[in-house]
Amino acid sequence: MSEEALSISEEQTKSDLEQLEITLLTEGIFRHYGFDFRDYSLPSLRRRIWKRVYAEGLTTISGLQEKILHDSASMERLLLDLSINTTAMFRDPGFYLAFRQKVVPLLRTYPFVRIWHAGCSTGEEVYSMAILLREEGIYDRCRIYATDINEAVLQKAKAGIFPLSTMQENTSNYIAAGGTGTFSDYYTAKYDYAIFRPDLRENVVFAQHNLVTDSSFNLFNVIFCRNVLIYFNNTLQDRVQQLFLQSMEMFGILGLGKKESLRYTSVADYYDEIDAEEKLYRRFR
Amino acid sequence: MIRVNQAAPLPNEAAGLPPGIRSWRDGRVPQEALRDYELIVIGCSMGGMNALKSIFESLTREFPLPIIVAQHRYRTSSDSLPGYFRRFVDLEVVDAADKQYIRPGSIYFAPADYHLLVERGEMSLSVDDAVAYSRPSIDVLFESAADAYATSLIAVVLTGANADGAEGAARIRQRGGLVIAQDPSTAESPVMPQAAINRGVDRILPLERIGPYLVELSRKDHDG
Repeated sequence: MSEEALSISEEQTKSDLEQLEITLLTEGIFRHYGFDFRDYSLPSLRRRIWKRVYAEGLTTISGLQEKILHDSASMERLLLDLSINTTAMFRDPGFYLAFRQKVVPLLRTYPFVRIWHAGCSTGEEVYSMAILLREEGIYDRCRIYATDINEAVLQKAKAGIFPLSTMQENTSNYIAAGGTGTFSDYYTAKYDYAIFRPDLRENVVFAQHNLVTDSSFNLFNVIFCRNVLIYFNNTLQDRVQQLFLQSMEMFGILGLGKKESLRYTSVADYYDEIDAEEKLYRRFR
Repeated sequence: MIRVNQAAPLPNEAAGLPPGIRSWRDGRVPQEALRDYELIVIGCSMGGMNALKSIFESLTREFPLPIIVAQHRYRTSSDSLPGYFRRFVDLEVVDAADKQYIRPGSIYFAPADYHLLVERGEMSLSVDDAVAYSRPSIDVLFESAADAYATSLIAVVLTGANADGAEGAARIRQRGGLVIAQDPSTAESPVMPQAAINRGVDRILPLERIGPYLVELSRKDHDG
């Protein structure tokens, strides 16, 4: 074999080994800590794991495995890497506009609305929804259950303090999302931060919930899960969709991320499209 | 010495072909370069619209390889990018959806504000932090494709005003894939192809030759 062929086959061996190390790491984390990343989508998982390997000053995934299993603080850090999804307020303004125009009129007919925001990360989109519901005059009869796998992220969400530098983008999103007020009325600027009005989370319950291992905890009229399922493989996506279905009232609304879809899942037959482009669905059976 | 449990031989080993072609300079495609490629990935930024148009125009409906493009685009840009290119090419052009299968005869774009990652046979998306200020990031696309497709991958680095893609291209070559850079003198913005060239590429071609060259590489009978 030529030298080059040898080096390429060595690369293949390394790649197979890496795959094995990822399997061992996720299995170890599951058995020791109970967090289940075994059915996460591989390419993103691989990137995030390597990021943590380097950040810990290590050179191999096996090295990370040893550290993670013996040092829970490093597990906390990996958990952050694996669960923080960067987002913005009113991310994909068209989604919020469609929600305002097509879903809010339905919600008005309900005496009480339970909303589950699954995988709320640092909470930007929870505050966005609270603002929208307030402007539409139905916030007082809504309760938002905002959950995430990660306690540290939930603390940030609870605090409602976001970098001031993001407010320009947030403001233009807010306007494009059909905001009827003045965005800066919802926060106070202090140093480099925007502190959001506490009354926006009056009807929000923040709680830890693991979509992979925890079960349904209530019935909801609206479930949001945006840009979370993209990190799962097809098997896990399907399982989580079953969980949402079990947690969904008849005629309840499901809102996904802009590039996610129900099309190939086992629950597709239970939902109608309310807005195909913005990925808003309504359960009809 | 302890032997590592080897996986099946690489496709090009099985075919008796050398796994990577590194040293040829003339315009002809050497016989040994011809192997069964399965996927093309393309990265571009500033000036990418014209460059992609030029490449797509040389592809016919029969073009057998799927193409995945990471073009830097503004966060809030709509789906008009695939719509624009549909006018110039007889292949399906779409923004990729999460877990969509990679099919021959299709051109997939990384959607605005998402990274696009490749697995064997399918694509997945992420909203992880921007890499080098970019989401989609060309490096993220290239590196994941290198991991999944190894020697059966072709990458093309086109015009652009930053160095995104150079790291990923290096990874692709490490895994035995083929990397083509647009000749910087034919690029609206030479920085991106030049950055890739500085790290090492297999082929430097003027823009108008890239499309026909991809057609050549994609032919399975290799008579020419």
